[in-house]
Amino acid sequence: MLRFTVRRLLQAVPTLFVLSILVFAWLRLLPGGPATALLGDKATPERVAAMNAVMGLDDPIVVQYFRFLGRILTGDFGNSLITGDPVMEEVSWAFPATLELSVAAMFLAVLFGIPMGYIAARFRGRFLDNATVVTTLVGVAVPVFFLGFLLKYVFTQEMSLLPPSGRQDVLIDSTRVTGIATLDGLLTGEFDATWDAMLHLILPAVALASIPFAVIVRITRASVLDVQGEDFVRTADSKGLTTQVVRKRHVLRNALLPVSTTIGLQTGLLMSGAVLTEKVFAWGGLGTLLEQAIQQRDYPRLQGLILLFAVVFVLVNLLVDISYAIIDPRVRVR
Amino acid sequence: MALLDVRDLGVVFKRKGTRPFTAVDGVSFSVEPGQTVGLVGESGSGKSVTSLALMGLLPKRGAEISGSVTFEDTELLTLSDKQLRDRRGRDLGMVFQDPLSSLNPVITIGLQITEVLERHRGMSRKEARVEAAELLDRVGLPDPQRRLDEYPHQHSGGMRQRVLIAIALACRPKLLIADEPTTALDVTIQAQILSLLSDLVSETDTALIMITHDLGIVAGLCDNVNVMYGGRIVERAARHDLFERSRHPYTHGLLQSIPRLNAPRGEPLTPIRGSVSDNIEWEQGCAFAPRCPNATDVCWSEPPELKADDGRMLRCHNPVALGDAVTEGAL
Ligand SMILES: Nc1ncnc2c1ncn2[C@@H]1O[C@H](COP(=O)(O)OP(=O)(O)O)[C@@H](O)[C@H]1O
Ligand SMILES: [Mg+2]
Repeated sequence: MLRFTVRRLLQAVPTLFVLSILVFAWLRLLPGGPATALLGDKATPERVAAMNAVMGLDDPIVVQYFRFLGRILTGDFGNSLITGDPVMEEVSWAFPATLELSVAAMFLAVLFGIPMGYIAARFRGRFLDNATVVTTLVGVAVPVFFLGFLLKYVFTQEMSLLPPSGRQDVLIDSTRVTGIATLDGLLTGEFDATWDAMLHLILPAVALASIPFAVIVRITRASVLDVQGEDFVRTADSKGLTTQVVRKRHVLRNALLPVSTTIGLQTGLLMSGAVLTEKVFAWGGLGTLLEQAIQQRDYPRLQGLILLFAVVFVLVNLLVDISYAIIDPRVRVR
Repeated sequence: MALLDVRDLGVVFKRKGTRPFTAVDGVSFSVEPGQTVGLVGESGSGKSVTSLALMGLLPKRGAEISGSVTFEDTELLTLSDKQLRDRRGRDLGMVFQDPLSSLNPVITIGLQITEVLERHRGMSRKEARVEAAELLDRVGLPDPQRRLDEYPHQHSGGMRQRVLIAIALACRPKLLIADEPTTALDVTIQAQILSLLSDLVSETDTALIMITHDLGIVAGLCDNVNVMYGGRIVERAARHDLFERSRHPYTHGLLQSIPRLNAPRGEPLTPIRGSVSDNIEWEQGCAFAPRCPNATDVCWSEPPELKADDGRMLRCHNPVALGDAVTEGAL
């Protein structure tokens, strides 16, 4: 298992290497080159030439690439054109917010998705199953921002139960440790801050969870139905094992294999949903940074964000592979 | 007294939008303690469905079971699911056709054996592991201690079938049902598995229902043979009677389609013509009539009954004349 993990980690290195080349090439392929991109279309040729010299853009491309690689490996992504702050600083400030939202959403999606998919399969063709299938159809079809506004309307405007937006009440004075608001309160003992952060987290997390939840329900249901018909489940029944053991040890464990792959894919897709959700709930995370960067063509910041998303995606898939290997011994030997 | 008594067993599959399908019809036979009984017939004749019905393993919805199955004075067909689970694996064991798909791929071989020992013999995990290693040794797996922590995919089909036999016999059941246990295996392995099975059941005095489409397997193993066709038993006889003087044209045909070593060179094998899909309904006449060399008008119009005939049971209007039978020695 350890050897498998190490091997997978090493396999991630070339992937990230190729990614860095793509991002490097992307900036160099922009019309007019990076200098024009940074200075804007109206820059005079003299200023562009000066910029090229400063940035070393006249050097051979390979030299340029390794300089670029050296910089990103030391965490230097340049400065944002909008704020002038280092991109690394901006991103590390906003990343915990998005991480918190995504993890909470995925947690909800898995926590409710797997049991519901399982129950639907057990009651196949009956009311509970049909109701679940309809619910998940709606879950996939309703756009995230629409669901976000709907939730906000019901739970804040009509029922006044939950805060409408933001990550924390302005009146709460809390200490930043990790930047993950719910966690920081626990770490510093400011439990009221954690409570407040959780209240803020509920609605955006639910909105963001809707699609992965629906997908997980459907995959779990299909997978359980599939496994139930397998020969080894009949063997388990022929041994007189209790229904609980047959279900847990023989059906569910095998049924979770395709589900874990789905969870990985959905986590990757979650980021695009996070951008929309963050906008609806004024959740100052990476979504906000990304939106500004695209609108104002802030290339250094975009480059930093793309690399970050790519690294997260690779890491998530690594985790999925490892969890797959934990469940399925056949994967370990490969 | 019989260990297992099957009376008038019927299984009808009903699904919405399709015609009800009678897979097993009026099947009766019994098994004495320690006896080996064969259930023979072409694929699709209802052998597996019969065995699954005995074990209570047919799908709960869509399969209508009738008749009676008595196992040591207990009627199995009316037991609750929980009561059945208490007996399955303990009193009745089963080995299935395809060893590659019949073991759980994601848990160890050890756990797949110990779980049944813990369930029925009240052993702790530790005791069960010791016993499991002994069981693997008995079914002829080398280095059993190490096998316990291995997974099914690390083993060949023959080895996996040995594991499945170990599981089925783990709680020393009184009856073992083996449903084509060698069909999916290489010929050389088939013989090994068969001799293992017959050794084990005779050592432990376990009764065995051997299900197969291969009369050759029955010849070496069974005391009593039931031949099934189209969901019904068409002939039942003691092994020697069946091989020396088969009376049903279907059984006769099966025997003639087995290659014989001492047959004159160039003599063609005579397979039964047609296939199961040519059957007519048993309600109309004899299901085998369209393929039967002896068929006359009565076979197409009147369903034959299963009747005692010369020390055997036979369901046929025009049985094979005694002189025509193939002799066992010729096999
Ligand atoms: N679950 C099921 N639903 C409907 N028909 C079935 C089912 N299982 C078996 N059958 C049908 O019952 C007949 C007998 O099948 P089976 O007992 O498996 O034959 P075999 O003698 O080869 O073991 C076949 O025609 C098969 O198609
Ligand atoms: Mg079969």
